[in-house]
Amino acid sequence: MLNIEKLRVSVGDKEVLKGVDIQVKKGEVHAIMGPNGSGKSTLAYSLMGHPLYEINSGSVLFDGEDIVDVEPHEKAQKGLFLAFQYPMEIPGLQMESFLRSAVSAVKGKEETKDVFEFHRKVLKEMRYLGIDESFANRYLNDGFSGGEKKRAEVLQMLLLEPTMAILDETDSGLDIDAIKIVAKGVNRLKDKGMSILIITHYQRILDYICPDRVSVLSGGKILKTSGPELAKELEKTGYKNFSSKKDSSDLSVGF
Amino acid sequence: MSKEESFSKDFSEFDNYQFGHHDKVKHIASTGKGISRDVVSKISELKNEPSWMTDIRLKAYEVFEKKPMPSWGPDLSEINFEEFTYFIRSTEKESDQWEDMPQEILDTFDKLGIPEAEKKFLAGASAQYESEAVYHKLNEELGKQGVIFLTMDQAVKEEPELVKKYFGSVIPASDNKFSALNTAVWSGGSFIYVPPGVEVNTPLQTYFRINEEEFGQFERTLIIADEGAKVVYNEGCSAPKWAKSSLHAAVVELVALDNSRIDYQTIQNWYKNIYNLVTKRAVAKKNATVTWLDINVGSRITIKYPSVMMMGEGARGEVQSIAFANEEQLQDSGAKMIHGAPNTTSVVTSKSISKGTGRSSYRGLVKVLKGAKNSSCRVECDALLINEESRTDTYPVMDISEDDTQIAHEASVSKVNEDQIFYLQSRGIPEIDAMKMVVNGFLEPMVKKLPLEYSVEFQRLVELELEGSVG
Repeated sequence: MLNIEKLRVSVGDKEVLKGVDIQVKKGEVHAIMGPNGSGKSTLAYSLMGHPLYEINSGSVLFDGEDIVDVEPHEKAQKGLFLAFQYPMEIPGLQMESFLRSAVSAVKGKEETKDVFEFHRKVLKEMRYLGIDESFANRYLNDGFSGGEKKRAEVLQMLLLEPTMAILDETDSGLDIDAIKIVAKGVNRLKDKGMSILIITHYQRILDYICPDRVSVLSGGKILKTSGPELAKELEKTGYKNFSSKKDSSDLSVGF
Repeated sequence: MSKEESFSKDFSEFDNYQFGHHDKVKHIASTGKGISRDVVSKISELKNEPSWMTDIRLKAYEVFEKKPMPSWGPDLSEINFEEFTYFIRSTEKESDQWEDMPQEILDTFDKLGIPEAEKKFLAGASAQYESEAVYHKLNEELGKQGVIFLTMDQAVKEEPELVKKYFGSVIPASDNKFSALNTAVWSGGSFIYVPPGVEVNTPLQTYFRINEEEFGQFERTLIIADEGAKVVYNEGCSAPKWAKSSLHAAVVELVALDNSRIDYQTIQNWYKNIYNLVTKRAVAKKNATVTWLDINVGSRITIKYPSVMMMGEGARGEVQSIAFANEEQLQDSGAKMIHGAPNTTSVVTSKSISKGTGRSSYRGLVKVLKGAKNSSCRVECDALLINEESRTDTYPVMDISEDDTQIAHEASVSKVNEDQIFYLQSRGIPEIDAMKMVVNGFLEPMVKKLPLEYSVEFQRLVELELEGSVG
């Protein structure tokens, strides 16, 4: 589903990813774990195509197609989704109106033609995620708490139904109940065949979204890839076996 | 860039101006290029005016000659007053039948949607082409209630007492160089009188069209709401895509007598080489309310600060100002609120957007005179910058001579954030649409309060201006 080979990415004049190889098969959950500043968020942003993250070399095949030069909105239309670690606030853009634009851009105008039906669908998914109905009329992420933003990311994912989701530290700042709700939404799409690249610092969320593979990213390189037991091991030993001083010095990436 | 180049700059590459066509229309009368005492007399003569108005014009011309160019704001040294034609007559007289005007002019107003708007939501409509109205009509019912809606030219002849009493009473010729110029060479514009207690809730509208290049349009508008009366007035404008600039220097005076209300709404959409130097001011008497909605999208340079002088106890003034400065444009807009009586309140809300080399400025004055006790003023201005090189400035002046007042001023500047655009793109939304969403979001709190036909029209204009802003 997603085949990343020898990916090198720089931010400004600094290389952050130094040849990353990751494979995510269809329907598979692949966890990327690593210490702060290992390049995890850079991986997420560069896969989605943030303009500040320059892909110097390597390839990213999504569904067999190289998407390195594809515009972010086209990636979304092809079924790729990124749940942001820090979702942006857009004052003045009403949540439901945004959701309607996004769904019609990704799934086609037919999907939102019936405004009332779409409204019912939005409310249904909001209830499913424990989001208050009033959020439909609020401005996108504007003044939302950290937890509310994360739920809103999952709401967008449920409505867009991507085939491949990248979850960038979706668990950070959430209490255990919120993690369970987020996991419930993610697993619903996983059961329908969605592939997942889950980027996290902690093992915690992996108790609820079970990975098939776990990779350790440190210093801009994948140091090890193994089965789910690697996550448990990291929980016990931390990243000290995987990080070097040199690597953790070149970490601040601005996000 | 040399002066010559900046004058003849071709904007057509990067604008989406929709109403830029030019009609080939024969002039019935014209004063030719340049301005002089003779040109001023000639305009008065062509209009067959009474001598008192000729005198007003000639005195104002003397003031114009002496007054220096405004010393604040945008550089106006590019303007050469000899390059403009100050008066052009396109039809013999205005008519209350659209069909009476030359087909080409009619086609233009059709394209602008004026006859259709008149049918749908106006109680009276006027259409000015170059110097004079070519169409003018008031709903019969309002006429029966004593509402007077004339072109200013007609008013001089038909309502001389009202004109003598109020013309120049709010904005004297000596106010500034362009009010002096307007008073000398004014032509067209609207005169409205609403009798005591009569409420005109359906808008009256005038649409101003400039067709020639290097032309000067100087309409003069005077609206009087008598005690307890109400009136809503709209104005709109456009001009062809000429290489050479034209000048638009209007004067608008509003007189709101006790307990009356005037709502004045403008969408300024001149082509991007028009100098739009307009003086707009209202006087609000006891418990009267005046609101200005001032939307500026077009023009090369706009200098305009709608004002309310609250001279009666309990008077209210409100200005909502929205400006969009695209490439090469200067929008120098804002508001002036003069509190001249106790318990007066004013609110100024300004939102501006600057794109590319465009520059928008908020320039505002809040003046509280001694004795205007318990008056309050709230000013809020927000600016949004679209690109790195875009600029905005805020020049708020407060002149408070009374202790017992509440004044609040808030200002913010933000820049369209690359991460916001990327976030929306990651949801399948193309970059240009993402940009429109962020900009519309910035305007939303204001736009949602606008009358429907304005919010739709304005959002459409903003989206047109944003085309080509990404990539």
